[in-house]
Amino acid sequence: MASHGIRDRVAIVGMGCTPFGEHWDKGLDDLIVDASGDAFASAGVTKDEVDAYWFGTAQSGMSGITLARPLQLENKPVTRVENYCTTGSEALRAAAYAVASGAYDIAMAVGAEKVKDSGYQGLNAAGPPSDGTGRTLTAAAMFSMVAPAYGEKYGVDEDQLTDVLAAISVKNHHNGARNPRAQFRREITRETVLKSPRVAGRLGVFDCAGVADGAAAAIVVRAEDALRYTDKPLYIKALSFAAGSGSGLIDPGYDYTHFPECEAAAADAYAQAGITDPRRQLAMAEVHDCFTPTELVLMEDLGFAARGTAWKEVLAGTFDLHGELPVNPDGGLKSFGHPVGASGLRMFFECWLQLRGEATPERQVDVSRALALTHNLGGYPGEMVSFVSVVGTERD
Amino acid sequence: MSAGGYVPRARLQRSEVTTFLGSGGGKGARAVASHDEDTTTMGVEAARNALRAAPAAALGALWFATASPAYLDKTNATTVHAALRLPGDVSALDFGGALRSGMGALSTALAGTTTTLVVMADQRDGLPGGADESAGGDGAAALIVGPDGPGAPVIAQYLGGASATDEFLDRWRAPGERRSKAWEERFGETRYVPLGLDVWSRALKDAGVEAGDVDHLVVTGMHTRAVKALAARLVKAGVRAEVAADDLAATVGQAGTAHPGLVLASVLESAGPGEVVAVVHLADGADAVVLRATGAMAAWAPARPVAAQVEAGAPLPYGKFLAWRGMLSPEPPRRPEPQRVSAPAAWRSEDWKFGFVGSRDRTSGALHMPPARVSMQGGAVDDMEPAVMADRVGTVVTFTVDRLAYSPSPPIVFAVVDFDGGGRFPVELTDVDADAIRIGDRVEMTFRRLYSADGIHDYFWKARPAESSPAPAPQS
Repeated sequence: MASHGIRDRVAIVGMGCTPFGEHWDKGLDDLIVDASGDAFASAGVTKDEVDAYWFGTAQSGMSGITLARPLQLENKPVTRVENYCTTGSEALRAAAYAVASGAYDIAMAVGAEKVKDSGYQGLNAAGPPSDGTGRTLTAAAMFSMVAPAYGEKYGVDEDQLTDVLAAISVKNHHNGARNPRAQFRREITRETVLKSPRVAGRLGVFDCAGVADGAAAAIVVRAEDALRYTDKPLYIKALSFAAGSGSGLIDPGYDYTHFPECEAAAADAYAQAGITDPRRQLAMAEVHDCFTPTELVLMEDLGFAARGTAWKEVLAGTFDLHGELPVNPDGGLKSFGHPVGASGLRMFFECWLQLRGEATPERQVDVSRALALTHNLGGYPGEMVSFVSVVGTERD
Repeated sequence: MSAGGYVPRARLQRSEVTTFLGSGGGKGARAVASHDEDTTTMGVEAARNALRAAPAAALGALWFATASPAYLDKTNATTVHAALRLPGDVSALDFGGALRSGMGALSTALAGTTTTLVVMADQRDGLPGGADESAGGDGAAALIVGPDGPGAPVIAQYLGGASATDEFLDRWRAPGERRSKAWEERFGETRYVPLGLDVWSRALKDAGVEAGDVDHLVVTGMHTRAVKALAARLVKAGVRAEVAADDLAATVGQAGTAHPGLVLASVLESAGPGEVVAVVHLADGADAVVLRATGAMAAWAPARPVAAQVEAGAPLPYGKFLAWRGMLSPEPPRRPEPQRVSAPAAWRSEDWKFGFVGSRDRTSGALHMPPARVSMQGGAVDDMEPAVMADRVGTVVTFTVDRLAYSPSPPIVFAVVDFDGGGRFPVELTDVDADAIRIGDRVEMTFRRLYSADGIHDYFWKARPAESSPAPAPQS
């Protein structure tokens, strides 16, 4: 398999991100205009100077016209991108390849989702017409099966595991409380998590990411042009993607304690970026904490902890804001919220702020390592897609 | 040649009605179909039981009778046909709409020469606190009727029968109504008893037996007083008092169209060779059939005895009963309702959707559910053979309870099941309490109705706890 990567050939030179939340007063167009405007200003470019656009949205609109219309783009190449919850990252990946290829000089990735107009609880995806035999289970239910499987395999009893999962939720809310753009900005306690109503299996409301409206955007250029736009570009070291075959669900060999698609995406990204010891080489990581057991398993899939040990590391504070490897310093999906099309780009936005020393002082982490990772997944255990990126402020 | 009964799991204790409403109810319990069952799905379960007890039976036709059809216009028997994976040249017909139709289908089949699978099913409703609500029952029965076949001998020989028809209004229901109405009972009683006596004497003559020869007497009908009065008169007319069969009124209830078949199936399970079984059914007239168990009865055993199913009931709170029956409309979760099934998609996956047939890759042996063209092991293309999974037993590997997803009766209980002999499928569980499932539990597949949208019923399979059937030893 040839996945050569485009290490240090593309840089992010401007970004924008709206607050995420229940924006009853903002439609999709408002979110797009706000995030895009911030990104244009951040890079110091106009919409006409951007040569090509990739627009990520899972279910808020079809065709590139959904972006072209609110921004009033005239005959620009505008492509709508969708890949479940990795949609925002996929928009960036496409934009990066576009400038790396030399076809365009400046490209932009915008991710946006308007979830709160439906009136329904949780995320819903009305699929195409079918024979009626497909699963109707929520994502929460599918991911809830990870917790007992992990506990069973690694000898972590139910109560201990509950504490581990609660600690993850508490950490992410602690971080989100220090982030003015986050949906939920109050710290919570372990008791809050334990007492919240059960949604699926042993997962309660506080084990599940918030559903929110929001948008984020990034502008990319070739690395050699980056300093024209900003003093501190974010160089892209790795972009990887892995789509599973979906057969994990019917494969008796799958044990629900890991996500092979995430392992594969991470391995490819580390190879592209030349990372051999992520826990020690990264300054921070943004990961897809759609549910608390998901973040737990990702610590092992991404190589931050050895198999079967992530639960101990969580309890030891390894991934806390000022721990050895801060995970989700911006609050993650859990506390920042999850507008599907925007989330991947929101993760880049936190790397952008943190690595440039521009995060709020209460959550600024030590970035002397100068490297950050974003991880995004979509789908369900056994039937997943995954994205991993590595970005850094130093061009090797 | 075979018989099978199906009694759904849920039981409404009649005393609960009295406690809740202050009136109505009664003694004993009635069987209640699950929210995901209907007459078609119950018919399928009864038919599976009958076929499992005589797998070599070569069917020529399938007839389905119910007073509560899932569809009008569309034949319900074809759904049963698809779930049983019957060949296309076996005709599937509905005997529609009346409480007489099940018995009528049976007696017609007995007088014919084609091997026919006669399936009857019913769901009986009534207004809260009323007699019909308590006395009614849900259930199904299936009888394979035909001449001796290779590997499928006749277990009860048809000796003779009789029929009487008279137009009088006893019980009626307008299309679309859930509850039926009845004229005052004494009128119906004065009509039914003479009709019953008439068919009785003609049937005995046709069969060449005397009243005293009868070893099992089954008298059924929705008019309880007439049934009791006729049974008493038959004893006076020479039937031995002790041969009256348990009519399941106290444990299942009156299962309408299905009832004569259900009680007959129950009787056949305990009949010995040479014993005479007589069935009289009172509905818009009267029908009687007389059978004698043959020597082959000694070697025949039911796949799942009615008595065992009656025993395996689980209590259903009255509030849930009312919600399932649409008498109460509880607040649904704030989730979109499901889309209607696509007809072409359902037809393309007919074997999977109705028959639970997956595919096995010939090279790797990997089982694919749903069936696939490209193997998940080794990648071979179009090298699959059908794998019938409907009759496999499996083990729960992991499970969860989804309190948020749309369901006609939340929460959804969901398990990943590994089947004996290979294959894994994540599937919804039914007939379980959410608190009672454990990893390692044994489950079997059952045909159910997932939901209805735009009047289209979404039929598919779920897993339910299996009768004790231990897991095979792990293979090395």
